Amino acid sequence: MLKEKLFGKNPDEIKSIVNELGMPAFTAKQILDWLYKKDINTIDEMSNISAINRALLNEKYEFGIDLPIKHQESKDGTKKYLYPAANERFIEAAYIPDESRNTLCISTQVGCKMGCLFCMTGKQGFQQQLTAGEIVNQIRSLPERHQITNIVYMGMGEPFDNLTELMKSQEILTSEWGFAMSPRRITVSSIGIIPAMITFLEESQCHLAISMHSPFDEERNKLMPIQHVYAINDVIKTLKEYNWHGQRRISFEYIMFKGINDTEQHVKELARLLNGMICRVNLIKYHAIPNTPLEGSDRETMYKFRDSLTAKGIFCSIRQSRGEDIFAACGLLSTKELVKKN
Amino acid sequence: MELHKQIITSNQQIAPNTYILSFKRDFIFAPGQWIAISLHLNDTPRLYSIASGISNDEIMILFDIKAGGELTPNMATLKKGDEIFISNPQGSFFGKSGKGWWIATGTGIAPFKAMLDSGLGKDKKLLHGGRTLDSFYFENQFSEALGENYIRCCTREKGDNVFEGRITEYLKKQNQLPPDEKYYLCGSSEMVVETRDILVDKGVPYENIKAEIYF
Repeated sequence: MLKEKLFGKNPDEIKSIVNELGMPAFTAKQILDWLYKKDINTIDEMSNISAINRALLNEKYEFGIDLPIKHQESKDGTKKYLYPAANERFIEAAYIPDESRNTLCISTQVGCKMGCLFCMTGKQGFQQQLTAGEIVNQIRSLPERHQITNIVYMGMGEPFDNLTELMKSQEILTSEWGFAMSPRRITVSSIGIIPAMITFLEESQCHLAISMHSPFDEERNKLMPIQHVYAINDVIKTLKEYNWHGQRRISFEYIMFKGINDTEQHVKELARLLNGMICRVNLIKYHAIPNTPLEGSDRETMYKFRDSLTAKGIFCSIRQSRGEDIFAACGLLSTKELVKKN
Repeated sequence: MELHKQIITSNQQIAPNTYILSFKRDFIFAPGQWIAISLHLNDTPRLYSIASGISNDEIMILFDIKAGGELTPNMATLKKGDEIFISNPQGSFFGKSGKGWWIATGTGIAPFKAMLDSGLGKDKKLLHGGRTLDSFYFENQFSEALGENYIRCCTREKGDNVFEGRITEYLKKQNQLPPDEKYYLCGSSEMVVETRDILVDKGVPYENIKAEIYF
């Protein structure tokens, strides 16, 4: 019998289980502590819970941790981990250590529905949603978990297309009963599904990054089909209605494609669109993936673009490229594993 | 998203698990646009492409029942006189006149039906993919309007003048695809991504490929 996982459940769900199994009410708090505060992997290690109650739990539930099954390490120290997901699928998380911060990039879906022209994950199509437990497991089961300073939801999948589990995972990460992380150390990256984005803005305190990649409608349409549904102009109009003067940050991701979105006209339109917003634009070098008719802009063009945008008053930086030798950001590892499995 | 009330004029089952929901048109839209629909004001609405022409008196919405879905099983029970809540038309998957290819799977045919009924069918070739012969929705209208340029690709059943296999297999078998024509894709992400790769591989510039993904 497939047992239900305890990891990923919130206090209400744990209380309900404790109640259902006829355990004392205080056991719920003990279970939550074991799940999110301590380093154990099995119900049997919950040493302050009676043997009878542990046996009761074991009958229907498992602790619910899945360790990574494979990893690759880049010469720059970036590590990509492959995790199992339900139904024999796979997801990736990338650990990116740096001098001042150690960032973990996590996934929210197996595959993706958005079909962006430049994305390797999109080539898998959509396989399934991750549960909050599977999302947080990428952090909890990482060998370097105690060194993580920042979390970015920029791995496989579109977080706002899995809003319920995204929000639940953030509740686990930021609650006192959970990992108690500051929401200021968590960034969610999205292509801008507006209704879900509004819920996120109103119910979460985490940072937001929007994948822009072009300020022009027609051009963005061809790179990102979502533009037909939620246009970047409408995304920005919605974002401008929120107060970004505090510590919460909004940034825009901009992958630079040679001869496509790297011209002075793009700088002007970006500056016009973002006028009045306190935000940052992150320029990202594109690493070509198989069967895609796009090339990355050269370094000189990227520097010029950054300087032009900065001169127009938009805070802009070029994101350091990490883990290039292991394709850290592109979904290749899980795609290969999926192909092998099939 | 602001929603307003509409009264259902009909809800017709046209195939197993597939329906056409209709209500009076009281707004202007462009063929290819979508509306959000919910059954109650506070529910999260879902997006559906309009499947009727810009001059039609009624708006038609093509939908199939999603297993485990929150909205579509209830939508299937709607009847004349029931109310739903809809948004204003939105989106920019606009159809254009001139030579082009419409490529769809399943209910992804809806925006092309709107384009056909809005007078944009001339010089268009339509590839429609489905699992069974009864999943070629609006086949009489498309067949009559497009003739030989209406190609059905069926994966599970055989039929007269029906290509056996997926639309991607049909496209792979084409020796040449006109690179300067527009290609409009609508359906699941798997179909769109795979079809786009094939088109690009066959020399169609990605600028001529326009896609709408049902998510």
